[in-house]
Amino acid sequence: MSGFRASTGLFTDPRRPIGFRFDGHAYQGAAGDTLASALIANGVSLFGRSFKYHRPRGLLSLGSDEPNALVELRSGARTEPNSRAPMVELYEGLVARSQNRWPSLRFDVQAANQLAGPMLVAGFYYKTFMWPRSFWKSVYEPMIRRAAGLGRATLAPDPDTYEQAHLHTDVLVVGGGVAGLMAAASAAAAGARVVLAEETAHLGGRAPLDGEEIDGAAAQTWVDAIAAQLAADDKVRVLTRTTVAGLYDHGVARAIERVADHLAEPPAGQPRQRAWTIRAEAIVVAAGGHERPLVFPDNDRPGVMLASAARSLLTGYGVAVGRHCVIATTNDDAYLTAYRLVDAGVEVAAILDARPEPGPEAARAAAIGLRVLPGTAPAGVVGSKSVRAVDALELASGGGERIACDALLVSGGWTPAVHLTTHLGRAPVWSDTLAAFVPDLPKDGPIFVAGTAAGTLALSDCMTEGRRAGLDAAARAGVSGTAPPRPPAKALEGAPPVALWQVPARGKAFVDFQNDVTAKDLALAQRENYASIEHTKRYTTLGMATDQGKTSAVNAIGIVAGLRGVSPAEVGTTTFRPPYTPVAVATFAGHAVGKHHAPTRRSGLHDWHARHGATFVEAGQWLRPQIYGKPGESMFDATMREVRQVRSAVGLCDVSTLGKIDLFGPDAATFLNLLYANAFAKLPVGKVRYGLMLREDGHVFDDGTVSRLAEDRFFITTTTANAGPVLAHMEYAHEVLWPELDVAMCTATEQWCSIAVAGPKSREVLAKALPAFDVSADALPFMGVREGVQDGVATRVFRISFSGELAYEVAVPWGHGEALWTRLLAAGEPFGIIPYGTEALGVMRIEKGHPAGPELNGHTMAQDLGMARLMKTSGDFIGRAMAHHRAAHDPDRPVLVGLKPRQRDQRLRAGAHLLDPDAPKTLETSLGWVSSCQYSPECGHWIALGLLKGGRRDDGGVPRRVVAAYPLKNEWVDVLVVDPCFVDPDGSRLHA
Amino acid sequence: MLRIPCPCCGLRDETEFTYNGSAEAPRPTDPEDGAAAAAYVYFRANPRGWHAEYWHHAQGCRRWIKVIRHTVTHEIAASGWPDEDLPMPEAAPNTGKAGR
Repeated sequence: MSGFRASTGLFTDPRRPIGFRFDGHAYQGAAGDTLASALIANGVSLFGRSFKYHRPRGLLSLGSDEPNALVELRSGARTEPNSRAPMVELYEGLVARSQNRWPSLRFDVQAANQLAGPMLVAGFYYKTFMWPRSFWKSVYEPMIRRAAGLGRATLAPDPDTYEQAHLHTDVLVVGGGVAGLMAAASAAAAGARVVLAEETAHLGGRAPLDGEEIDGAAAQTWVDAIAAQLAADDKVRVLTRTTVAGLYDHGVARAIERVADHLAEPPAGQPRQRAWTIRAEAIVVAAGGHERPLVFPDNDRPGVMLASAARSLLTGYGVAVGRHCVIATTNDDAYLTAYRLVDAGVEVAAILDARPEPGPEAARAAAIGLRVLPGTAPAGVVGSKSVRAVDALELASGGGERIACDALLVSGGWTPAVHLTTHLGRAPVWSDTLAAFVPDLPKDGPIFVAGTAAGTLALSDCMTEGRRAGLDAAARAGVSGTAPPRPPAKALEGAPPVALWQVPARGKAFVDFQNDVTAKDLALAQRENYASIEHTKRYTTLGMATDQGKTSAVNAIGIVAGLRGVSPAEVGTTTFRPPYTPVAVATFAGHAVGKHHAPTRRSGLHDWHARHGATFVEAGQWLRPQIYGKPGESMFDATMREVRQVRSAVGLCDVSTLGKIDLFGPDAATFLNLLYANAFAKLPVGKVRYGLMLREDGHVFDDGTVSRLAEDRFFITTTTANAGPVLAHMEYAHEVLWPELDVAMCTATEQWCSIAVAGPKSREVLAKALPAFDVSADALPFMGVREGVQDGVATRVFRISFSGELAYEVAVPWGHGEALWTRLLAAGEPFGIIPYGTEALGVMRIEKGHPAGPELNGHTMAQDLGMARLMKTSGDFIGRAMAHHRAAHDPDRPVLVGLKPRQRDQRLRAGAHLLDPDAPKTLETSLGWVSSCQYSPECGHWIALGLLKGGRRDDGGVPRRVVAAYPLKNEWVDVLVVDPCFVDPDGSRLHA
Repeated sequence: MLRIPCPCCGLRDETEFTYNGSAEAPRPTDPEDGAAAAAYVYFRANPRGWHAEYWHHAQGCRRWIKVIRHTVTHEIAASGWPDEDLPMPEAAPNTGKAGR
């Protein structure tokens, strides 16, 4: 093929040259070119190497269905592999490289794969690399992976931004060809709001490129007028360079707008791409169609191209694909290509028409001096990196001749682009009259189809259907009106196409170009009984490349139908799924990347913590101080220092992140009784109680405290992680299960800043810091709560303890947190008060044997945690029945235990399995695991909580022995099973 | 993505809601009846067709609602408050086939 710039196209302006580079060579294109048209204009016909056989490949189509001309676009961090050259709009300085070749595109070492062809048939990797078995992972798979694949993605972070945006409309029209334009204009005329999405940069679709006339003038004139009319209508939004990638339930569509892909870099403040979520009442699919290639030996040679692509190159871009062309067709449409080539002064050496009696179009061609060979099809081409001649085969006689040419332009008919119409599960149906799969949609919508996507080819019919679909869609959206009739245009004429799925000739005839699947592979799949088209697809990988079989699927179905001796209707299609064309992962993320992926929640005291050396740890979305380390101090040393200071004097800890819920109403106590496993009805005002919440399946859901502030007013705390789920659970319990109860609830997590003050000196600190409160042992006993006002600020003091020390929690409105914190620090200074973080908090809770996240893991029940006695024995509560299910009393259930090493200097690790000392060391003999583990400064050795089958099982005062196995570090530690409470088991400190 | 008619907020995106399963299995009232509780928790019908179910408008009004949805076509016939008695449509609507 020796392409050249023949004229000015509809889209291009040769007076404005644009420089670009392909594989290191500098070229010049014209403004309006795509990378594909500019390369063809420069005489380039070789675009890349194929996936499996590394065969030289050129341009096949001129749209998003292109399977061959895939390039690596741009460089550095903006490198984008597998870019389809006909969809890449040219800009000054564009850089592209061919893919899948080494060392160069013209000389590719792996082209030797072609010689190994017989070995690389369908399913070869299931058959060929079976021995020796161990070679699969170490040799064969890495080798195949290196050899396969197309472009390479960059590892650098993408410097561009991607955006997500939303549209609401009455009617969404997919496709800006004449059918889509008629639909949009008619729906708008009826009064509907319309969004029109067109994949390319140009409205009009095929009609202007085909050189058709509308209303007695060039089609482009009508397109321009309608485009101007739509642009002026503020009910209408036209999105060009926008691909509707998928249709979803209830009129939701996802579309990708390529905002800046046609530029070197996005303009300031603009994203590269924008992902639209479009909510439409009705949708018109006018997505057009894909021309099918013909299946014959060597049909993949550079220079063999779709007839419509060659026509568009000429009319749209002014580029002729060669000087001596042969056209091979099964239908009338390709004759248009012949006429346009003749108009441009290109020689059309012959038209091979597979139809024995081609009809009036052939007569018209003959009348202008073209040589038409009826009943003829190509049986092969001469040339490997370009076409030098075509072998024409007379289908009836088997005779033929060789015709010299530099381009072979093929048309196997048109496949409606039904993809979007099937995304919601409506498979297309075969039409014998159209020889195509067409959409099968309900007449009343909400999805309507028009034009070539419906199997319609004649221009006038496409326009009639577009108008009808636009009005129907508007009506479906509740907008009824009328629209002007369509203008006059060409009606259906000529002879019907013939189905020619495969030319009977020997040689490698490609069906799926991108995945290198041949007609022979399809036959092999049938012989090996992968008969269903879904099995054929997966066995041969047909249609599984990035083009998803747009040019290959129907040819394959036709060939399989022929092999099986049935109609294509019986073979059916494979399932079309979104996206219609490949979608950049970045568009799914939008702006939600890095730290923007999820919100960061900070306590009201966060800035103080940051100023005072806190190391933060993520607790869900929250950031919590882990330790307040001193310079040079390790995490371990800081933790131990903080624990010792709390246990010997006093410390304070920010506990604001705990979930908080306010509950009001005359039935609040009744409601709590149903919600929690333990009893609340008799909780007096001014008292706090531990609360254990089960799921309906009887397992522990969450724990926390419930404070009764008044007869009808409660304050609930939850674990940090479960704040949201517990509120949703409570709302469900109220609104669905017990709507008759008069209660109301709301979250208060971010209303109250809570500070724990813990340690033997905590009472003295509070007495000094909060003179408005009487915190003496008699006035505020353990598990008491007082509300008051300190210095004009609403303040709550709870006497509760997580550390096991004498301790309080003080809560003030969020914004007053830091004032309270610094006041407490000042009051505590004489006692050596320090802030402590979650590490010290964790050590002290393990020392006290309190279960937390690792123990409340969704699998444990109240009795597993030693809390069976908390559960009410009368009356209903969530989870009660299932908490007593017989599986709950299985003696083999792992239950909460304390663990300590037999030798004091040995460390324990969370996650270690617990084994019987005499049992074999296997996973099957595991009796449980270490759930939480820390060094205890109080005990002077490592301590742990664990869940262990059989529990403590004391044998006459001798503690049970197990082995804590941590094979990753080859540690096998003898441990004793003890009470989970290691410190102050009788609770004298917290009751002080 | 479904669009769910919230009786409080109007038509809203599915992403604003969380799902909580069938509204056709009432919670057993006898806390001593383990078999009824087990059936309630574990043995739910999984109908191919119309299904009454609870959704929580967690990112909206935070109300629990009842929705009548077709499990094959995702068509939503009605929505209302949890204690509303919503009529169940007779037959499957003719808007789609099962995905294959």
